[in-house]
Amino acid sequence: MTTVPLEPVAAPEPRWQALRGTNVADRLYRGVLTALALTLPLLLIALVSELAVSAWPAIRHFGFSFLWTSVWDPVAGIFGAAPMIFGTLASSLLALVIAVPLALGVSIYLTEFAPKWLRQPVAFLVELLAAIPSVVYGLWGIYVLIPFLRTVVVPPLRAAFGWTPFLSGVFYGNSLLAGSVILAIMIVPYIAAVSREVLLAVPVSQREAALGMGATRWEAVWTAVVPYGRAGLIGAVILGLGRALGETMAVTMLIGNRHDIGLSVLQPAYTMAAAIANEFSEATTDLYLSALFEVGLILFVVTVVVNALARLLIWRVARGTAVGSRAL
Amino acid sequence: MTGLVGLLSFLAVLALVLILSDLVMRGASSLDWNFFTRNPVPAGEAGGGVANAIVGTAIVVGLAALIGLPIGIGTGLYLAEYGSGRVGWIVRFVADVLNGTPSIVVGIFAWTWLVKPMGHFSALAGSVALAVLMVPMLARTTEEMVRLVPHSLREAALALGYPRWRTSLRVIARTALAGIVTGCLVGIARVAGETAPLLFTALGNLNFSTSILQPMQTLSLQIYVYATGPFDEWHRLAWAAALVLMGLVLLLSLAARWAIRQRHGAAR
Repeated sequence: MTTVPLEPVAAPEPRWQALRGTNVADRLYRGVLTALALTLPLLLIALVSELAVSAWPAIRHFGFSFLWTSVWDPVAGIFGAAPMIFGTLASSLLALVIAVPLALGVSIYLTEFAPKWLRQPVAFLVELLAAIPSVVYGLWGIYVLIPFLRTVVVPPLRAAFGWTPFLSGVFYGNSLLAGSVILAIMIVPYIAAVSREVLLAVPVSQREAALGMGATRWEAVWTAVVPYGRAGLIGAVILGLGRALGETMAVTMLIGNRHDIGLSVLQPAYTMAAAIANEFSEATTDLYLSALFEVGLILFVVTVVVNALARLLIWRVARGTAVGSRAL
Repeated sequence: MTGLVGLLSFLAVLALVLILSDLVMRGASSLDWNFFTRNPVPAGEAGGGVANAIVGTAIVVGLAALIGLPIGIGTGLYLAEYGSGRVGWIVRFVADVLNGTPSIVVGIFAWTWLVKPMGHFSALAGSVALAVLMVPMLARTTEEMVRLVPHSLREAALALGYPRWRTSLRVIARTALAGIVTGCLVGIARVAGETAPLLFTALGNLNFSTSILQPMQTLSLQIYVYATGPFDEWHRLAWAAALVLMGLVLLLSLAARWAIRQRHGAAR
């Protein structure tokens, strides 16, 4: 404790005992809290080792080829996770392409341009998007978003860009596109909340200097504020990526769940999380189950790395202050 | 350009409004007495309700809170009071790592840990999985809230001869209580809508069950099954169940905001 006064001026009373922490009850209190806190590292060790042990048969059986072969045949006992790794990356990146401009727009508007009375309510409403359960997004996606995509979005897109490989094939609904759009809506609140805190942490002097040199308000934002917070903003985006990679229910309900690698966003795809959700209870052989555990292990490691990276970047902008910690 | 960023903000809010209004428009008409008091009827038949799922959600989430809250709050207090050393750094880092863990991974972890040894699916395993998701967030929120308490309060209590533990619990934690309660409510709201960790743990149950050692139905699992099923009747019930679940989560989130308001109001 840093608050303990140093030099007791002639204070022989036993009360000082309490300050030095030699009290039995104090030690007990500290012991209980420490024990509770240590459950977290133990939990992490248990989680990683359980996953690794369960995945070990598959790791030994397939080696690294698990990562880049694309045959997933439970009957023959051959497993390659390339399609779901591709689908996870493709859906998350496509979601970022949609979500990042939206979320950055929201955070810039709320910190720089919106009237004061509007800022809190709009920030609150956008953050409410994060409160909607994943399965509710999935339900909404199936019955509202997919019909909307089918009737309104896809026909003009195909008319304009139908010749590219990205929009080939018949659009039935459940597809990479549907999964990515729902993911985008789901990660906007996270990216927006962290970016907003990053932009709020940019010193006012940055804006004043730019404005003083004759920049318009928009130029000040774009040339002085955003570059200053760049690392934090990238951190916010990577944080959104971490959320998108591990998102399960909504994607499982919308992406079509087909083991396939294709360029067309109108075709069904698969993600790692969706594969576990769909196939875990059907895994009849030990090797099948083990392969799914390996998928889970890969997913876990990737999200840990992505989240750690995001955190470091966010910390760089405002070292010491807890920027974005509420949304994390 | 100002117009553009304004438009983007409008779009984000529009998405929320659309989702909520769709939930109300498609779900509200099915919210009748039967919906809340009857159990599901066999597939294809009309009628039936989700009484078992509502009770199940309360039990699974309640049990998760019972397991998760003490650990989460205790860890948060530890980080704020004693967390300046190496152990504190490790615990903080682990909490942040676990905070970003995909919920489906926690689900299969709970399966290997509890379901496999016990030999059957159970509500308890689901609650443990939800608690694992709740603890890291709770720990960090509690820490942040406790750190907001001014040092002068601690010094005053120690100067009056309070032992450390009483200072911590009766002065520091009590001052930060509103913030801690907010963290708890947000944590509960976050796991109340979770589905993925329950797929292989609580599993779901067609019948009414209150035994935590047996499979149990929750609203989120029910929505998943009904939404992806083939019957119109199921889709109707899925929307209604989603509306109820959304209402529950919103209520918890608003209560959390209200709790923190109270505190700030009192501070002024």
